[in-house]
Amino acid sequence: MKPAPFQWHPASSLDEAVALLARYAPEDGRVIAGGQSLVPSMALRVALPAHLIDINGIASLARLEVEAGRLSIGACVRHAAFEHPVEPGVLGRLLATVAANIAHAPIRTRGTFCGSLANADPASEWCLVAATLGATLVAVSARGTREVAAADWFHGIMTTALAEDELLAEARLPLLATDARAGFHEFSRRAGDYALAMSLCTFRVVEGRMREARVGVGGVEPQPRRIPEAERLLEGERPEPETFARAARAAADAVDPLEDIRTRAAYRRDLVAASVRRSLQAACDDTH
Amino acid sequence: MTPRIDITLNVNGSDHDIRVEPRRTLADALRQDCGLTGTNVGCEHGVCGACTVLLDGEPVRSCLMFAVQAQGRRLRTVEGLANAEGLHPLQQAFTDHHALQCGYCTPGFLMLAVGTLERHPDIDDESLREVLSSNLCRCTGYQNILRAVRAVRDSRRLAREDAR
Amino acid sequence: MSGGHASSLAPGQRHNGDADPRRRFVGARVTRLEDPPLVRGQGTYVGNLGFPNQLHMRVVRSPVAHGVLRSIDTSAAREHPGCRGVWTGQDVADIPPITFRPTSVQGLEPYRQYILARDRVRYIGEPVAVVFAADPYVAEDIADLVTMDIEALPVLLSADAPPGEFAPGHSTEAGVLRKQFGDVDAAFREAHEVVEVDVRVGRHSGVPMEPRGALARHDHSRDVIELYGAGKRPHAHRDAVAALLGRSPVGMHFYEGHIGGGFGVRGEIYPEDVLVCLAALRLGRPVKWIEDRRENLLACNHSREQHHVVRAALDRDARILAIDAKLWHDQGAYIRTHGARVPDMAMGTLIGGYHVPAYRAVGHIRLTNKTPAATYRSPGRFESTYACERLMDAVAERFGLSPIEVRRRNLIRRDQYPYPRPMEILDHPVELDSGDFPRLLDRTLEHLRWDDLQAEIARRRDAGECVGVGMGFFMEKSGLGPVDGAKVNVDTRGKVQVVTGSSSIGQGVETVMAQICADALGVDYADVKVIHGRTDMIDYGIGAHASRATVMTGGATRMAALNVRRKALEFAAAHMIEAPIEVLDIVDGKVVRTDRPGEPGIPLGRVAAALAPSPEVVAFGIPGLTAEGWFETAGLTHPYGIHTAVVKVDPDTGGVTVERFHVAYDIGCAINPMLVEGQIVGGVAQGLGGALLEEFVYDERGEPLSVTFADYLMPTAREMPPVEVLLTEDAPSPNNALGMKGAGEAGITGVGAAIAAAIDDAIGKPGAIRELPVTPQRLRAILAGRPAGA
Repeated sequence: MKPAPFQWHPASSLDEAVALLARYAPEDGRVIAGGQSLVPSMALRVALPAHLIDINGIASLARLEVEAGRLSIGACVRHAAFEHPVEPGVLGRLLATVAANIAHAPIRTRGTFCGSLANADPASEWCLVAATLGATLVAVSARGTREVAAADWFHGIMTTALAEDELLAEARLPLLATDARAGFHEFSRRAGDYALAMSLCTFRVVEGRMREARVGVGGVEPQPRRIPEAERLLEGERPEPETFARAARAAADAVDPLEDIRTRAAYRRDLVAASVRRSLQAACDDTH
Repeated sequence: MTPRIDITLNVNGSDHDIRVEPRRTLADALRQDCGLTGTNVGCEHGVCGACTVLLDGEPVRSCLMFAVQAQGRRLRTVEGLANAEGLHPLQQAFTDHHALQCGYCTPGFLMLAVGTLERHPDIDDESLREVLSSNLCRCTGYQNILRAVRAVRDSRRLAREDAR
Repeated sequence: MSGGHASSLAPGQRHNGDADPRRRFVGARVTRLEDPPLVRGQGTYVGNLGFPNQLHMRVVRSPVAHGVLRSIDTSAAREHPGCRGVWTGQDVADIPPITFRPTSVQGLEPYRQYILARDRVRYIGEPVAVVFAADPYVAEDIADLVTMDIEALPVLLSADAPPGEFAPGHSTEAGVLRKQFGDVDAAFREAHEVVEVDVRVGRHSGVPMEPRGALARHDHSRDVIELYGAGKRPHAHRDAVAALLGRSPVGMHFYEGHIGGGFGVRGEIYPEDVLVCLAALRLGRPVKWIEDRRENLLACNHSREQHHVVRAALDRDARILAIDAKLWHDQGAYIRTHGARVPDMAMGTLIGGYHVPAYRAVGHIRLTNKTPAATYRSPGRFESTYACERLMDAVAERFGLSPIEVRRRNLIRRDQYPYPRPMEILDHPVELDSGDFPRLLDRTLEHLRWDDLQAEIARRRDAGECVGVGMGFFMEKSGLGPVDGAKVNVDTRGKVQVVTGSSSIGQGVETVMAQICADALGVDYADVKVIHGRTDMIDYGIGAHASRATVMTGGATRMAALNVRRKALEFAAAHMIEAPIEVLDIVDGKVVRTDRPGEPGIPLGRVAAALAPSPEVVAFGIPGLTAEGWFETAGLTHPYGIHTAVVKVDPDTGGVTVERFHVAYDIGCAINPMLVEGQIVGGVAQGLGGALLEEFVYDERGEPLSVTFADYLMPTAREMPPVEVLLTEDAPSPNNALGMKGAGEAGITGVGAAIAAAIDDAIGKPGAIRELPVTPQRLRAILAGRPAGA
């Protein structure tokens, strides 16, 4: 399982990376950051890039900071950076909870947040975070810079709005309100495995009632998304187990699960119901 | 084949000047080009952890990096653990607690444990088990590996407390 | 070489050869002699070895599960500048198919595999061609350039389906095995109750951490082919491979270095091993082959896939009158080196430690278009134990008895041993040598604090948790003989070398043999170096498999050490010390006088030096402080055990957490309890994998879906419960002097049964679990009342 031959182009600035990508993308050129997903696919010779533009040396892409109410995450920020809260609020705590579910520590040392978003595996935790919280993705190319909303980012399994000559330079997550609660639950066969189903839920509690509820489900359909049928059942209700159960069942009914010889749609629906209920309960219990 | 690149890898404090294709994984470069065969290859797709080495003190899977990416970084492998005085405490603990049978996963576990205890000397049992679940072992059932690492953690903690 | 049997005592020597003078190392938890190079990263796994000018071999494998191989196009491969050779089936047409071990089962020959496919391919992964290059990366590039034209044929993927055609004139039912004793039909007619179970074990296998590999070199000057990376049965396989290549055995030697796990799947004769040797011979350069993990999951032996339908005839007290078993064994695409051994063992061991007056078993060996299957730790026994224990649990349910009570009524009692069973397993008559299963059950319940455990489970259930406990009772077989030999030599520095024909697969054989030798000879175990896996250093060897090394090689080592001891004392008494032999002993490596404790003794090294060739020495005997020893076992040993699992089920997801696992095992005599426990805990991990996680899945075209570690899931430290081990020595084997029984398979055999029973208990549905692995999806379907697979 040795990769096929490729030429290696380390970049030391974003401009250089973008120029290399413009030059080599038409010749099967790709960006490598953490490589924790790309390299295995190259080892299996499923991915056969002729050129790799290595962005690990670009200092400006290691940016991780709060700016204008959003957490800006540069392309080289590793999963491990989130293991301890990167900001003092609800978002920081949520990201730490989610990070602990991603693969294993040595993978988290190398793999990147933005790399997960560019890869768009249906079972990616960060993709669920981006879709549920409404991230903004910043794509840079020789043609310029554009911002893409998360709702427009995911086009299907391992398919995004990123053009072949574009680099995902930054992801921006809106901070959550101080009265927000957030919960995450994932079901996988073993700790660290890809999720068979996962859910991320947030809501604010205003005068004892849930407001601005978001129910995100991932690992079940070609891309992660919010489930409006479930969110509607939460809006204005008290945060209680029966309400959570109703919303969870609605989510299970609403999804159109991926199905293959190993995993059946009916089972994925069961897992959606369990995950949504548990992440809502986790959000409810999330008192800081 | 693509043209080879001359690189220098700093491993266990020594520089190795090698010439490799870009696609040469760090694991293969360590084993073949640097002659350090202690790091084993178990899956080549980043799941088993047998190839774990330390990169600037952090455990990484050397099968998921290309050798060219490791230039200018400090690498440590199992060959760098023992010194003139003898075995590293973790190597001794693995022996004392029968934490190895065939030994194939052992270098990976040792480096994972070394990196973890160096950076998190007070790591609790549950977190330690979580970290050690990163690597696969097919012989031991893990129980003795956990015991060995806990023993070194505990004896170092005692030594720190005695020093105060 | 001088030698001798245990029965011959030197004149005047009152030492009883059947009892060791001391047990300083046997029974002690000494650390392993193997460990220092392994913890230092100095292992000699075959991937670490190499010779100048070597070529790397890469296998091109069939992408089609079943088809006619019309043509192979190697032209693009040959044009690659790095290509140093390409072979297809035509290039190795003179090599016969791979043989299997001698067996009384007839009719299996047509199902053997050629080292490269000829006219048909029968599983995805089957070797079709090999390419050679100086660099393994380049070899893989070249292999990708080989294309083939295959006319697809219908695929057969189930052993239950009606057999198809393996080749013209040969059905895919390669054979039907039958075992029988007693009047089974009469028992079923007279039965008060008849209980039946229909159960399956999923396809899984050993999957060691080190993938397979081999390195071969032809030493032209001596005309010897050397193969590095051997293991498990070096002598037998050296002989077999030499025969395939048309060479004399003395023209081949196998070398075993360090091995990254065996578990029964490494060390068999695979096409790749033969190809590597042949290539070294024909290409005139050393040839190295290391498989990758995908190949390992695709082409290394699979195992375990069996379907059992088992019925019991019971009297009104739930005592077994007869058992009638049918089994469909999924053999995969070819019959490999084990012939029919796995289904044979499954059928022969199914009734375990129970008193069964009449028994009938029929085993269908069915070939399918999947990876060939063979032995994996506790072969046939993991499967049949699962089936029998599911049956016993069903009996308990039918009679309204506890699972434990049903076992009590049916386990063979101590006074019934030795207990013959009128049938054969692997062409050996069956006699269970010693045992006290009821006592082990008592000790297990006590060790578990059974009543407290039951009370705690009841409490937790009241609180709404889905928890349960289950047990699996099993009888093992070990110590497969019939004979083994070893040589012991003491050098002039007093260091001891034991040359065995054994094999180290990571289980600690060097340490265990050193312990046995040390006690028998009177030296420190750390001064004993054990050689294994070297066909050039000892002419015969049994390797290591079937949990036989401790018993057989240990027995031979002990005999050889006792013979060296006797030689040293005889020579010392005759030529070095003015003392009668009755007062001499060897303590801490010195010949001492037991009647003069203060006197310094003579170091063994000096005795060895004194035994250098001279007329005086030759008059005494053969020079050198060396002796052989041969050990013959009277029969297999039968250790036995009980596995107990406590599990918690998440009813919403079907997830299972194993909270606690207990192993009770009577080992007869544990040479190194620390190593035994290590074997057991490791076996439990593999058993849990087979019960809950591991499965080789195929799609409807025969495409394997479990080809990376992302799909083939094995337990990590997180999935492992704490494992408690209760080792007992209540029933030592009468078949060897130390009473030893093997332990390599003790941790795995009953796991499937215990987990299934525990899950049934947790969900409150007796008999619900019929199929392994119990994936969350399957369990959730059971809980939701959906059909399996929905």
